[in-house]
Amino acid sequence: MNPSHQPAYGVRLEVRGLHKSFDGQEVLRGLDFVVEPGEIFVLMGPSGSGKSVLLKHLIGLEAPDAGEILINGDSIMTPEIAAKYRMALVFQSGALLNSLTVGENVGLYLREHRLKTPAEIARIVAEKLADVGLADAIQKMPAELSGGMKKRAAIARALVIEPQLILYDEPTSELDPLSSVVMGQEIWKLNQRTGVTSLVVTHDRDLAFGIADRIAVIDEGRILAIGTPESIKQFKDPLVEKFLKADFKRETQIKSL
Amino acid sequence: MFDNIGQVVLLFWRTLASLPVAWRQREKVFEQFFEIGNASLLMVCVLAFFIGGVLALQTGPALVARGLPSAVGGIVGIAVAKELAPVMMAILIAGRIGSAMAAEIGSMRVYQEIDALRTMNINPIHYLVLPRVVAMAVALPMLVVFAILIGWFGGATVAAVNRHMMIPYAAYFGDLRNMVELKDVANGVFKSFCFALIIGTVSCHQGLTTMDGPRGIGRSVTKAVVNSIILIVMFDYILTRMLLH
Repeated sequence: MNPSHQPAYGVRLEVRGLHKSFDGQEVLRGLDFVVEPGEIFVLMGPSGSGKSVLLKHLIGLEAPDAGEILINGDSIMTPEIAAKYRMALVFQSGALLNSLTVGENVGLYLREHRLKTPAEIARIVAEKLADVGLADAIQKMPAELSGGMKKRAAIARALVIEPQLILYDEPTSELDPLSSVVMGQEIWKLNQRTGVTSLVVTHDRDLAFGIADRIAVIDEGRILAIGTPESIKQFKDPLVEKFLKADFKRETQIKSL
Repeated sequence: MFDNIGQVVLLFWRTLASLPVAWRQREKVFEQFFEIGNASLLMVCVLAFFIGGVLALQTGPALVARGLPSAVGGIVGIAVAKELAPVMMAILIAGRIGSAMAAEIGSMRVYQEIDALRTMNINPIHYLVLPRVVAMAVALPMLVVFAILIGWFGGATVAAVNRHMMIPYAAYFGDLRNMVELKDVANGVFKSFCFALIIGTVSCHQGLTTMDGPRGIGRSVTKAVVNSIILIVMFDYILTRMLLH
């Protein structure tokens, strides 16, 4: 059964006691947090802290060893969840299908689920690509796009679903500072326009503090701090402070310190 | 290869169960069908011609020397139709198309395209596996019919020009018609249909279970071809035994 298309509105996401191990190594160690409807929630943490694994759980690509994930109170593991709620994940790499054009990628969901006529799909695809500034790329193959364009095309593909929950995996990785700002603006504008609940996984501090309603800092599968950007800046924890304030210094400066 | 045979059987079962949506995927089936036919037809012709030719060359002079020139057409005809065309074409297609299927799906797995399909609630079996298995199940038997005809012609050509045989085309094909029955051809075509299911399922399974990045794609391709060939040879014996009487 395919989800019916209603206007997008945010859902409440609740994670309770989430545990996951791979080959005996514990990656998630009892995560608990709530993302309120329409909120932009940013999950920050160093590489290998379990952020991407958590995202895969949130979209149902991985099953937890213990704990549960609830969307408006319904478990993510129930078979009807995909039919009941519209969710989208913007992958770090974009994950566009390389054998399809950008336009075909963006229209894939509607075409495969037969939700619209081909003419309507073409109109929606053109509209969503224009929304992310890629109107001219409709006939291009993903291999012809830059990293930033791939990510924006992936956002357009997610927009077609009219998601109630959208997850972003490292949306500014591999992007130059200007493109990172554009990407942050896209995420914020989409949230303001549609009211979609947004969960952004990143280790880009500028992005996190620029767009977040609330931020959680995660390390080694545990949440170290959670709160508004201002409260996170004031948070007294050596690991959190180190992660938020770490800066590159030339060797001579380091020695002189 | 036998450690994941259960997964292969499960994938085959799920693919069978998804047959009702095959019509919805017809564009992708035709795409794959064209890919298989277009990529393989010339190779099938060359391979089949020489298989028929070498069979005539191996058996013909000995049969003629024993006063049995009329058996050449029949022996080449039956051997090509029942055994050599289905098995050799299946091995060729496993190498040419099975490897490409495993590489393409494996690459999609490594670059998270399959995860992206799942997040859009698109079943990878419907979208990727079903069109490939159906196209293979239609294309390989057709290629085998073609290979049988070309193989017979290859045998006839060698029998006609080789100085130890010098059997005219008309006599060769007359003998072939006397000995080969329609059920012999049907036997070979049925075997090739089973081999097509094996190649399609094994190759897609290897693609879907690709791990460890780009290096894993190479491993999947090798395993897809090797496992397909082993299963083709094993099932060739089983099917031959079943169809013997």
